[in-house]
Amino acid sequence: MLRKNWQNREKLQAQATRQGFGEGLLAAAKLDPNIVALCADLTGSLNMTDFQAAFPDRFFQVGVAEQNMAGVGAGLALSGKTVFISSFAAFNPGRNWEQIRVSIGYNNANVKVIGSHAGLSVGEDGATHQALEDLATMRVIPNMSVISPADGLEAKKATLAIARKKGPFYLRLCRAKTPLFTSPEAKFVIGQAQVLQPGRDLTLIATGPLVYEALAASLALAKLGLKAGVINLHTVKPIDQQAIVKAAKATGAIVTIEDHQAYGGLGSAVAEVLVKHCPVPQEFVAVKDTFGESGQPAELFHKYGLDAKHIFTAVKRVLKRK
Amino acid sequence: MLNKQKENQLKIQANIIRQDIIKMITAAGSGHPGGSLGMTDILTALYFGVLKHNPKKPLWPERDRLILSNGHIVPVRYAAMARAGYFPVQRLKTLRKFGSPLQGHPSLHDFPAMECSSGPLGQGISVAVGMALAAKLNKKSYRVYCLMGDGEINEGQCWEAYLLAAKYKLNNLTVILDRNNIQIDGRSDEVMPLNPLAAKYRAFNFKVMTVNGHNFSEILKALQAAGWERSKPTVIIARTIPGKGVTYMENDYQWHGNAPKPEQAKEALDQLNKELLTLQHVAKKLAK
Ligand SMILES: Cc1ncc(C[n+]2csc(CCOP(=O)(O)OP(=O)(O)O)c2C)c(N)n1
Repeated sequence: MLRKNWQNREKLQAQATRQGFGEGLLAAAKLDPNIVALCADLTGSLNMTDFQAAFPDRFFQVGVAEQNMAGVGAGLALSGKTVFISSFAAFNPGRNWEQIRVSIGYNNANVKVIGSHAGLSVGEDGATHQALEDLATMRVIPNMSVISPADGLEAKKATLAIARKKGPFYLRLCRAKTPLFTSPEAKFVIGQAQVLQPGRDLTLIATGPLVYEALAASLALAKLGLKAGVINLHTVKPIDQQAIVKAAKATGAIVTIEDHQAYGGLGSAVAEVLVKHCPVPQEFVAVKDTFGESGQPAELFHKYGLDAKHIFTAVKRVLKRK
Repeated sequence: MLNKQKENQLKIQANIIRQDIIKMITAAGSGHPGGSLGMTDILTALYFGVLKHNPKKPLWPERDRLILSNGHIVPVRYAAMARAGYFPVQRLKTLRKFGSPLQGHPSLHDFPAMECSSGPLGQGISVAVGMALAAKLNKKSYRVYCLMGDGEINEGQCWEAYLLAAKYKLNNLTVILDRNNIQIDGRSDEVMPLNPLAAKYRAFNFKVMTVNGHNFSEILKALQAAGWERSKPTVIIARTIPGKGVTYMENDYQWHGNAPKPEQAKEALDQLNKELLTLQHVAKKLAK
């Protein structure tokens, strides 16, 4: 599931997950003439210009109007189209949550909500633009599935997969270029977590580009004689209960890692599973009930507790609780 | 175009629907009579004179789409649909009851013929725009009708949707605005003044018509004229009287969302029945 040279960060190519989305959308649209896409004045940022150029009649520029976009998307979907609506995650689904809840969720409309520039990794734009709540607000909507790909390639595969699967989806994308570490052969199956490596002492469960940081942490831990399992939980909903319980049983300790608020996101979703089926100690590497600020992603990850050092501390804490 | 006989028939149909509304909302113990009674003539005109539809095949692909963006007035739509033959009239009394498809606000999940779930104001118009856009893409000739309240258009989302409708020249979209000048907290002119309203829509590149929402000949003429428009979406500003047909409810915003008590319902039904007798008398005379 990993590229051969995944351990060598410097040697890996870098690509933002939003770029993978752009490629995936174009590929999906070539396969399926029924696909249409809407964007709210961020076509370049969402890497949709190739789609727009290839299919001008299937692209709708809705202007800076995310609430309307959600409804128009629903109307197109209820008329048989497969619809992608896209903007920054801070506004889609940040601004238009209730429209997504009713027009898309309640109608069970075949609309894919694409939120890019999610998380602290947006960086310099600062707190207003750093969506840190979107996993939480999307996963609580019935009918909605939630996907957060780990690298550009996985984002492309995820885009193709959700294009094929009827129903509402939220796809969480990031602005920053991050290592391309998943292998081209790796299968992407909605709802199926990827066990990137099995563990013995604990399991790191991550989502989005931070999956790579989980892998990197596992290398450092191996040097200390600790065998950490790593799971890529690209589908936050429907959650892969089986994979989580299996890891909890095998390793007895879990650390979740996400570029999102600790409340309501991946960590909470995993905890919901553990508490019911296999209660083991869990630690959360996530943003702790605070807003972000401007800075480079690495600076922010450091300050807000998402970098290697913090993963390491969380591991120490969780092992003590075993 | 509209002869006296046909007009009288529509009036009778509307009267029956108004009686249904009073009975349904009274039985439910909650609901929105003001807008429902005020829009009865429009929905009667639509279901019994304008819409391309098939009550026996509600999801016929070529049907006109009707989106009730002001979803709270759904009792009038349920009653009109029952009378048009979509489902048995007896089912109307299950409005808002546990297990009924006649949910308090339109639910696509429970009742697919609703076209889309609505109630949270401002959303239906966006869905309608999406459907009109899809009709263009798919080269379908059906029209999309979207009913909205004048309080509803306080919502910014509506104006986003109007911009997009004009941008894509959705001449297959007809918005019918219930200009009844009430909303929950009071008179619309006081809660949030909208005038000059026609000018606003014109500025948004809509074709604008204003009608008396209780005059069938004006309503039908405007609905038909919308179909001739080549490059713009249409809005029909329908001046209506909220609570129309029940004197004590008329023009009183308190009746936006209150159910009548049984004795109030009786008074309302007595008045409507009297009117019905007169209309039936007229019908007999016209038949001669
Ligand atoms: C987004 C949203 N906010 C508030 C409400 C509550 N609400 C229901 S009806 C209404 C007033 C609507 O006024 P209008 O559209 O003029 O309807 P009318 O009173 O004429 O029936 C309000 C505020 C709602 N349904 N949706």
